[in-house]
Amino acid sequence: MDLFVFVCAAIMVLVGALGVVLRSNPVHAALSMILTLFGVAVLFVAREANFLAAVQVIVYAGAIVVLFLFVIMLLGVDRAEDLRAEPLGNIQRPLALVLGVGMFAVLAGAIVRSRESLRFRGEGVDTATLEDADGNIRQIARSIFGDYVVAFELTSVLLIVAVVGTVVLARRRKSERTPS
Amino acid sequence: MAAAVVPTTTWYLILAAALFAIGMTGVLVRRNPLIMFMCIELMLNAVNLTFVALATELTDINGQTAVFFVLVVAAAEVVVGLGIIVSIMRRRQQATADDLAALKG
Repeated sequence: MDLFVFVCAAIMVLVGALGVVLRSNPVHAALSMILTLFGVAVLFVAREANFLAAVQVIVYAGAIVVLFLFVIMLLGVDRAEDLRAEPLGNIQRPLALVLGVGMFAVLAGAIVRSRESLRFRGEGVDTATLEDADGNIRQIARSIFGDYVVAFELTSVLLIVAVVGTVVLARRRKSERTPS
Repeated sequence: MAAAVVPTTTWYLILAAALFAIGMTGVLVRRNPLIMFMCIELMLNAVNLTFVALATELTDINGQTAVFFVLVVAAAEVVVGLGIIVSIMRRRQQATADDLAALKG
């Protein structure tokens, strides 16, 4: 059953990610990204991170993708773009593909090589996952509002700065005309 | 038969590596700034998946806390980035990442 869930979620993640990269229409790419984000949420549940799975669906699939779609519609770029255009001659695509495959190979090699140390490290540590259903949320709350409360407050400052900055950015200037 | 095979943490890490590589390739290949942004989100999700997989493996809740902060920063990043893209696109329609060379010396 675990295997079935993992394989299904992995297929969702990979198909969605490839859709983001390969689809020429930005709307289709955004919808493919929703598929990926849901797959990641399913994997979160499979790894007993229930709270983060809910947050993933609400924040990412709910807010961020909607924001993307909003901007796509606002700018009116919701039509297929020409994927054939090659800016840097014919070298960019193959080079990017080689880099991507190389990146995956390096990461996978590092993961497989460090498998032994992972198993060794995992033993003897006090278990962090409680048995009851609320344990995950309670632990995260204790961690965020206990150990990391300063960082948590700083994120609120970050969000305020982001909101104010975006309002300043997106506002049409009346007095000055900046050169484009 | 299939019940004996249980997905281990290594599987999750490999999947996250694949997701990261796909996102990186997307940033390199695509020219639409919006799509490049989505690919950056894919890479952030790959890192989140790694964090959660290792948090369960090492039974350490702080990994999930890190994912929480990554989510917040990603949201702020998307807001600012999309604001910049909107203000650029308003000046010139159909701008690709190659056209944005205003800071070039």
